[in-house]
Amino acid sequence: MQRFKLFIPLIVFAVLAIFFFVVQKQIGSGDYDPQNMPSALLDKPAPTFSLPDVQSGKVVSSDLIKNKIVLINVWATWCPSCYFEHPYLLTLAQQGVVILGVDYKDEPDKAQAWLREKGDPYIAVLDDRAGTLGLDLGVTGAPETYLVDSTGVVRLRYQGPLDERVWKETFQPLLTQLQNAKSGS
Amino acid sequence: MRRFIFLIFGLLLSALAHAAIDPYDFDTDAQRERYRHFIEDMRCPKCQNQNLAGSDAPIAQDLRHELHRLLIEGKDDRQIVDYMVSRYGEFILYNPPFDKKTAILWLAPLGFIVIGGAVLAVVIRRRAKLNTVDAPALSPAEQQRINALLNEAPRASGRKLAKNLGKELGQESGEQRS
Repeated sequence: MQRFKLFIPLIVFAVLAIFFFVVQKQIGSGDYDPQNMPSALLDKPAPTFSLPDVQSGKVVSSDLIKNKIVLINVWATWCPSCYFEHPYLLTLAQQGVVILGVDYKDEPDKAQAWLREKGDPYIAVLDDRAGTLGLDLGVTGAPETYLVDSTGVVRLRYQGPLDERVWKETFQPLLTQLQNAKSGS
Repeated sequence: MRRFIFLIFGLLLSALAHAAIDPYDFDTDAQRERYRHFIEDMRCPKCQNQNLAGSDAPIAQDLRHELHRLLIEGKDDRQIVDYMVSRYGEFILYNPPFDKKTAILWLAPLGFIVIGGAVLAVVIRRRAKLNTVDAPALSPAEQQRINALLNEAPRASGRKLAKNLGKELGQESGEQRS
């Protein structure tokens, strides 16, 4: 027993080492991100908005996404990950996914140039230069993507750039389910 | 010189002041106090181990701005907390209410105190037992020897003893020389 006591620190160390190793590994593979927080909006109605479109300057209201299953993608030209994400959004738009852009705390002319150069996957891009819609969405940075169902309820929130893996693993199954439910009803 | 040193220390202290100071005007001191309380007690959603007061992240600036707006509009504390929680979740509160999710946060310290107390009690009890182990009684001869030793050694440290001893020896040698 006395002998065993001597090994307690070593055992504690081993347990902690294994724990940290596993966490670190999950962070490395992208399965776990300590920065990711559950959204307070999950399963709650998405906030309403009434903001000008970045390109046309016309005011766009929440009516635009009424009765639609839609992705709300928060992005900005100052956001490095948004560069990586953009091509995949174009692919998604080609597949018929409806994406509403929110240009978060950004300058409209830069955003216009971005859309001209890289292509425009969005049905509209809201000019949220003050960050008010971002605040209502509980955005902590860009990019962030929300999946809103046809009743206007937020079903999913993803922090970080979308790519094929994330789409297939988290968005696709839920989207298919929502689409089936919608066409079934 | 002394003034210079004070100046240097003063400059060091200034780094401890909060990084973010926004020039917000308030109608009353009470509002300012509430604002200060809110930014101290709410967490920055982006940099998760800083409060709103200490963070320079754009989102923290926005939230401070929003807090100021809500305070000026005359919203009460409850409304302001609800506003923030409905957007960022209870995560934003450094002082979350007690419920199922936060129970472990609130109860864990109590648990640790109980565990610590139990360990302490066990250790103390064991020590007490060790001390009361019955040693075989001393024989009269042994007792005598112990008494003799105890009387011989005054309550002085070893060094003092050695010094006294040296003095005595010196005196003796001096006496011999004369």
